[in-house]
Amino acid sequence: MNRFICALGLAIVVAGPAAAVDIQEVTSPGGIKAWLVEERSIPFSALEIRFRGGGSLDRPGKRGAVNLMTALLEEGAGDLDAQGFAAARDALAASYGFDVHRDALSVSARFLTENRDEAVALLRSALTAPRFDQDALDRVRDQVLAVIRADDTDPATVASRRFNALAFGDHPYATSIDGTVESVSALTRDDIVTAYKDVIARDRIFVGAAGDISAEELGLLIDTLLAGLPEVGAPLPNDSEVLLVGGVTVVPFETPQSVAIFGHAGIPRDDPEFFPAFVASHVFGASGRQSRLGMEVREKRGLTYGIGAYLASFDLAQLVVGQVASANERIAEAIEVTRDEWAKMAAEGVTEEELDAAKAYLTGAYPLRFDSNASIARIMVGMQMDDLGLDYVNTRNGKVNAVTTDDVRRVASRLYLPEELHFVVVGRPEGIEGTN
Amino acid sequence: MHIFVLALATALVALPASLQAEGITTFELENGLEAVVIEDHRAPVVVHMVWYRVGAADEPPGKSGIAHFLEHLMFKATDELASGELSDVVFRNGGSDNAFTSYDYTSYVQRIAADRLDLVMGMEASRMDGLALVEEDISTERDVVIEERKQRTDSDPGTLFREQIYAAAFLNHPYGVPVIGWKHEAETLTLEDAVSFYKQHYGPNNAILVVAGDVEPDEVRALAERHYGIIPPNPNVRARSRPSEPPQLAERRLSFSDPRIGNDYMTRIYLVPERDPENQAEAAALAMLAQILGGSSTTSALARKLQFEDPKAVYTAAWYRERALDDTIFGLAIVPVEGVSLEEAESLLDEAVAEFMEEGVDAEELERIRTRIRAAEIYARDDISNLANLYGAGLTAGLSVEDVQAWPGILQEVTEEEILSAARRHLDRRRAVTGFARQSEEVVR
Repeated sequence: MNRFICALGLAIVVAGPAAAVDIQEVTSPGGIKAWLVEERSIPFSALEIRFRGGGSLDRPGKRGAVNLMTALLEEGAGDLDAQGFAAARDALAASYGFDVHRDALSVSARFLTENRDEAVALLRSALTAPRFDQDALDRVRDQVLAVIRADDTDPATVASRRFNALAFGDHPYATSIDGTVESVSALTRDDIVTAYKDVIARDRIFVGAAGDISAEELGLLIDTLLAGLPEVGAPLPNDSEVLLVGGVTVVPFETPQSVAIFGHAGIPRDDPEFFPAFVASHVFGASGRQSRLGMEVREKRGLTYGIGAYLASFDLAQLVVGQVASANERIAEAIEVTRDEWAKMAAEGVTEEELDAAKAYLTGAYPLRFDSNASIARIMVGMQMDDLGLDYVNTRNGKVNAVTTDDVRRVASRLYLPEELHFVVVGRPEGIEGTN
Repeated sequence: MHIFVLALATALVALPASLQAEGITTFELENGLEAVVIEDHRAPVVVHMVWYRVGAADEPPGKSGIAHFLEHLMFKATDELASGELSDVVFRNGGSDNAFTSYDYTSYVQRIAADRLDLVMGMEASRMDGLALVEEDISTERDVVIEERKQRTDSDPGTLFREQIYAAAFLNHPYGVPVIGWKHEAETLTLEDAVSFYKQHYGPNNAILVVAGDVEPDEVRALAERHYGIIPPNPNVRARSRPSEPPQLAERRLSFSDPRIGNDYMTRIYLVPERDPENQAEAAALAMLAQILGGSSTTSALARKLQFEDPKAVYTAAWYRERALDDTIFGLAIVPVEGVSLEEAESLLDEAVAEFMEEGVDAEELERIRTRIRAAEIYARDDISNLANLYGAGLTAGLSVEDVQAWPGILQEVTEEEILSAARRHLDRRRAVTGFARQSEEVVR
């Protein structure tokens, strides 16, 4: 058959214009900065707002307060109770997603152009005048407790909790932002109000918008939405050390397949060698057969459905961390192969061929991320939180392309530390002994 | 409040999204390949998909999991490509690829820069009729699939229970067999099984091409002619005809326990009609019924009655698997608050549904649902992958492009009386499967 004539092996992306987006920086009349991509073809806008600190701002003994507070933002505001708020939102066909993780509380909103002012007014009431009614608190608390109970019996969650506890000691990162059954059961309305005041403030806000809206309209919208917020929230926690030491922790759990989470300290986003590290981690642990872990553990040996490892560069700590699940009788081999690859990466870095393939993927995939209003708004907030600057979309691929095999070798020898690698294994793993 | 989603439904009620005919072009090649092109010129991206009208419900008896296993093996060698080469080339061009198997379809997807459409189409065409499997591909990939089953099913009691409920709901139709396969059968699948399934079902006359993104329909057509147009139709392909269910004469009840269940819950599924070509009114009434009962976690009938007025439930749900080739399911579920037993929860749920049928539909809630459906058509244009999925999944479920496009309008026209009449006709627990899932101290398997 001759129909298939592409010179496949030679097809490499030429680094063209990095991203087809034109980002404007907008400063509202009231002084709040935002990034905007104006895109008029669909009559709606996506708005992403983040408050830095998020779930790490729980006060001592109040674990889960920020999470529960976040879930309550859409459960009644101003003169509307929970059902009144939901009805008003749905009547406008707006959507407001309130979410929180360890570094930020996020608000992901979208609203139609035809009723934008009403949709923004309703969102404003959720952000500036949430009611935290006792009946809503009790109802949502029960839902959070149900989530916690479900997580208590989920092997992957059990593994990640133990891993975080070992890594972060008494730092907020050590425990789940959901809290425990005990801590959440004890939360009062006062705790929720305190969490709200600690987290939602103007001194930690980041805004991105994309869609059917002009810079001037966005400036006014932002002031309408956010001007009523308090100026200052609670201080952010200090950075955390990573306390992991090399070894294996086994958590016995009745399940046919063991889950392992593994890793050690990583590298900060603003480290001068971050880009070589990023490229190295892609070659090493990206999902799929193109990475070394994917090739060795899944593709060649069939030990798992999926394995990956990546740089987890949080605001207050950094990890290189990965995850794999294998049958109890095969997890020992998956771990052994992972350890060997870790050591090989530390000793040898990557080959020219691997580097070229990684660059082609990373630079080619980057512009494809900017394909919807919702994702553009999210990406722009992430860039601001990482302090990347407006021109980053144009310089980022150049930074990837500048990485050499020498750069990777140098950073890999300080980033991948086989003696410090710690595995938390949840299951009934055969042939694995805990080391502590 | 969206934090609590249990793994007990195949999918919670999703609002139907959208379908403006604007920017959508269709054509068919002489060999029977149907194509849908969705234009979106905002970003230089294309999503390229081939959907085959074959899924787990088309497997021969005793070979459960073969559709999904073959999907994995489709990434191995073809006459022109080395094993794994397709994915490697997609990655080297900044793209990503994936594949999905369901009851009624198997689909293959790449997302890549729009100027690489030619490249991915050439490779996808190569595996449409040129798969060249060898024995050494089989055993490693079968291990991967068994690990996949362990990860997604055996490690998750909610999924294990759902398998049992489906098996009980479908005594005769293959929707009762899990897509990933029963473990004891999936473990024994062979090269011959995969090749035989491939030769039976794959080919342009059993495929739908969906291309969405920064492309021109004429250009897509020219490329499709070049890559797919030269593949002859597969003479083995037959119209799908599966065993159907006998009348249900006995109520079916299941009790499941597992130490890994964090919260006891009750779920019930009813056998109901699916969306049929040029006949979607009954399905539309069921879809609106699911929305009215459970579409909002705050204002739906079940939430109002069971979570707000006199809170006895942490969570309630109603869903309808509207897109299927054959008769499908409508589901209800409840997670009671602590101190309320599953028996009580079931009675409360039944009472709430009975009350709903007495009281009728809340007119304001119905209007809000209609508003959201209208808006969903606008929001859907922001996500071309999802839009492409609507056509691929719709067409492989036996619908036409016109049916897919007509659906939001048909939903808008559903009346209160039609919703109530659908509820009265279908929500009869004597013709349903009811399951209790409880945390147990010891493993029952």
